Amino acid sequence: MTAEAAADADAPRRANPLLDFCRRQPLGAISFVVIATMMLAGIFSEQVSPYDPLNIDFASILAPPSGDHWFGTDAFGRDILSRIIHGARTALVIGFLSSFIGSTSGAVLGAASAYFGGRIDNAIQRVVDVLLAFPIIVLALVVVAVLGKGLVLGIDANLIVAIAIPIVPKVARVVRAAALSVRAMPYVDAARAAGYGNLRIICRHMAPNLVAPYLIMLTAYIAQAILLEASLSFLGLGVTEPTAAWGLMLSGNASDFFREAPWMILFPGLAISLAVFAFSLFGDALRDWLDPRFKT
Amino acid sequence: MFLASWIAAILAAAARFAKSHPERRAVNREGDGYMRLWLGRYSVKIAEPMSEGTIVYDRPAGEETRGSDGRELLSVTDLHVQFETSGGVVRAVEGLSLRVRRGEIVAVVGESGSGKSVTALSIMRLLPRHTARIPSGRIVFDGKSLLDLDDEGMREIRGRDVSMIFQEPMTSLNPILTIGLQITEPLQIHLGMDDGAARARAVELMRLVGIPDAERRLTQYPHQFSGGMRQRVMIAIGLACNPKLIIADEPTTALDVTIQAQILELMRDLSRRLDIALIIITHNLGIVARYADRVVVMYAARRVEEGPAEAIFHRPRHPYTMGLLRSVPRLDRPRGEKLETIEGLPPNLAHAPPGCRFAPRCPHAIAACVSEPPLVATDTGGLSACWRADEIAAGKIAWPAAGAAAPAVTPDRGAPLLAVRGLTKHFAVRSGLRGVRGLVRAVEDVSFDVHAGETVGLVGESGCGKTTVGRLILRLEDPTAGEVRLDGEDLVTASAAELTAMRRRVQVIFQDPYSSLNPRMTVGQIVGEPLSVYRIEPNAAAVRERVARLLGQVGLRPELAGRYPHQLSGGQRQRVGIARALAMEPRFIVCDEAVSALDVSIQGQIINLLEELQRSYDLAYLFIAHDLAVVRHIASRVVVMYLGRVMEIADRDAIYREPLHPYTRLLLDAAPVPDPTVEKARAPRLIQGELPSALAPPAGCVFHTRCPMADADCRAAVPALREVRPGHLAACIKV
Repeated sequence: MTAEAAADADAPRRANPLLDFCRRQPLGAISFVVIATMMLAGIFSEQVSPYDPLNIDFASILAPPSGDHWFGTDAFGRDILSRIIHGARTALVIGFLSSFIGSTSGAVLGAASAYFGGRIDNAIQRVVDVLLAFPIIVLALVVVAVLGKGLVLGIDANLIVAIAIPIVPKVARVVRAAALSVRAMPYVDAARAAGYGNLRIICRHMAPNLVAPYLIMLTAYIAQAILLEASLSFLGLGVTEPTAAWGLMLSGNASDFFREAPWMILFPGLAISLAVFAFSLFGDALRDWLDPRFKT
Repeated sequence: MFLASWIAAILAAAARFAKSHPERRAVNREGDGYMRLWLGRYSVKIAEPMSEGTIVYDRPAGEETRGSDGRELLSVTDLHVQFETSGGVVRAVEGLSLRVRRGEIVAVVGESGSGKSVTALSIMRLLPRHTARIPSGRIVFDGKSLLDLDDEGMREIRGRDVSMIFQEPMTSLNPILTIGLQITEPLQIHLGMDDGAARARAVELMRLVGIPDAERRLTQYPHQFSGGMRQRVMIAIGLACNPKLIIADEPTTALDVTIQAQILELMRDLSRRLDIALIIITHNLGIVARYADRVVVMYAARRVEEGPAEAIFHRPRHPYTMGLLRSVPRLDRPRGEKLETIEGLPPNLAHAPPGCRFAPRCPHAIAACVSEPPLVATDTGGLSACWRADEIAAGKIAWPAAGAAAPAVTPDRGAPLLAVRGLTKHFAVRSGLRGVRGLVRAVEDVSFDVHAGETVGLVGESGCGKTTVGRLILRLEDPTAGEVRLDGEDLVTASAAELTAMRRRVQVIFQDPYSSLNPRMTVGQIVGEPLSVYRIEPNAAAVRERVARLLGQVGLRPELAGRYPHQLSGGQRQRVGIARALAMEPRFIVCDEAVSALDVSIQGQIINLLEELQRSYDLAYLFIAHDLAVVRHIASRVVVMYLGRVMEIADRDAIYREPLHPYTRLLLDAAPVPDPTVEKARAPRLIQGELPSALAPPAGCVFHTRCPMADADCRAAVPALREVRPGHLAACIKV
């Protein structure tokens, strides 16, 4: 009934996709504003932060939030607001990039595994099993230890890879399961019967129908990546002190002081939650917006 | 001390709870009727037995007599049901009135979206809470007004006085609970039976619905039952509490013809014996003919006609009913060249036109039809909502005859376009790492020819391998053995490049128009894809133009190119599927159940379209179907399969007039005919038993386990397909 209702409406594609997105996914638009703000904070952190994030001020150690230090200061008297603004860069680059790289490679592997089946499927899935068997931290540790540091534009590229790798097998599993059911759909059979190439079938016919699980995994793992980066930092393998990073702010000496100075963990924690929440909402909105079935 | 008072308080609360919510009690595992609270291995008695010795197994004779007394059991008056959707308010049922007497069998017939299932769900009060509304109407069941009952009261009626049987026996049983548990559950919940009594009743119910070896089968799980057996289990669950009314929503649509007949026979027999009223909701007019006392025809949320089954079939008084009856391909009538159809589509219920809903599709619409016709009594003792019902009764209006009969296609009997020889497909059932546990012989030594411009029908029950044959020809599966020759070239041994070239000549139309189109692509992209991939058209503009032309050929407006599949109706989607196949300019199309998911009036349109296209483009079809009447209409030769093997091949007329193989005969006998007089005169169905598993097919002739003519010779060897008469092949040693 709804299908016929929609059939009476005009053609579904609107002229301006951005306006259309804002109109039909208001929550998505709000979350996009939050993400954009964080991105701007990351890019222009030097300009917008009130203090130098590395500036140690022993006069105001563990100062509670006040007019001078909106979010308070940490055990070295560094301004937490400035550190959060500077940390946005690390968080977004490492969190987003590693989650994106990990989820995308996982999705490609999962889709290929499901499409080809048989031996290829078996081989990919056994590798995935091995990867899943390692605890995430150990796996990332090994990668960091083997690859060492490779700074690109001030960001450790190998760290991104190290965080991305544990994400790959998990996404591969989930996407494979979804791809198996898409693989069995008659429209994929129809594409095979039409003699299309494998690449075309995977990219054109299967991938768009796997967007939903992919986007959910992608946004969910951004949070994981930020936290994993913090754990690695704590072990001295990730971003290291005194660089401003959200995870590091949570896991560093904050744990020794949080009773006396709860703002030391409260604000970085809020920053991570807000980022994750915004990415999740944005991912959901994007998924719905991309799905033609919701365009009624 | 403190602890003890706590436990006492909990127990008291539990006892009160158990009494006030009998359906939520823990299962009684001791069998003595006491309600227990289980604490690990220990149990505490918390409530008295609820029903010692008061269990009624069957309604005592004479207490409530058969429907002949005409007492009304259910009355639905002026029911309106609306759904809130993003496309506006959909009026799914409008002003429906329905009366069911005790023990009566009422059929509600209509196409998808006509509101028949919504009516059933409203009676059960199972409509989705947040989107559905019943703005007005009354439903009175056995003196109680169902719409005024609270949830508690409704739960007591559901499953106890009224039960429901759903379409899909595969999904309506819980796969992780034993059959026994699922049958005893309503007995324990509604009748408060203890384990022993419930179990005894379950065994009795299983016997009642004809499941042999009941005690053992109670401990089994749903996957160990076949589709037909599962539907019997569903009926047993429905019967468990001696209901007064059973609502069956498309109870046999998912089943094979031979099983359908058994299930319906069973339901009618039980209704008569146990005095249970039955509402059968269906789109299949054949079913209705044999089993219903009264028929209600629904169209676009309204009741358009109602009457005794005989009258509805022989003297319909509404143009929609007339059209519906004429668009069904029938086994009992000579095959016309073209199916008569109802043109157009049912209206959108979110913006339904005023007046008679059927007027836009009605060939007899007049000026008066812009206002809504009332339901008026007809000369046949029924009701019809048509301004011209009197004229129909007077014989002044007849359904217009279909277009002129086109000359029959006479395929040349030269070299076949497609030759299938010894085609075999075995699927290995694996377990563990390397172990092969068994071999499913899906297709075994199948051979037949298809000539250019001809339609070959491939029929058989589900699981007979007919779909696999189609997939092997399309090379979606690799055959285990045999060859498929297209114009003399073998598709099985073809190289990848040769195969791609050949794929353009062989195309496919799938059964389910909902899943055969990629939901993320527009109609234009779907139809245009092969044109650009194979460079059939040089540029994007030419592709667009060609897509518009193709859509025109399948009877769709070119504007639809910008739509997504979910915005189209089932029939429109199937037309898109046909346009996609045509875009490749094929010579041969495999139609895998291409019309079986469509409504009757749409089915006729698609069949006519396929026939027109065949004539225009000299296409050959392999028409895979389970509906014998449809195959008879469209095919010139018919191949009958059973358990992976070909049973019979013959020209259409020969096979329907004089079927040789006993399986074909039984299949034809089981197919229902939409004519109550013919149906009621026919002997009860003969075919017994179920399809054996393809994992372990019977030795010798695979059909001998169900064959009435089988003897020791049949079990000895597999009969070869031999030419019994010229052009008529059968695999049976008895003919």
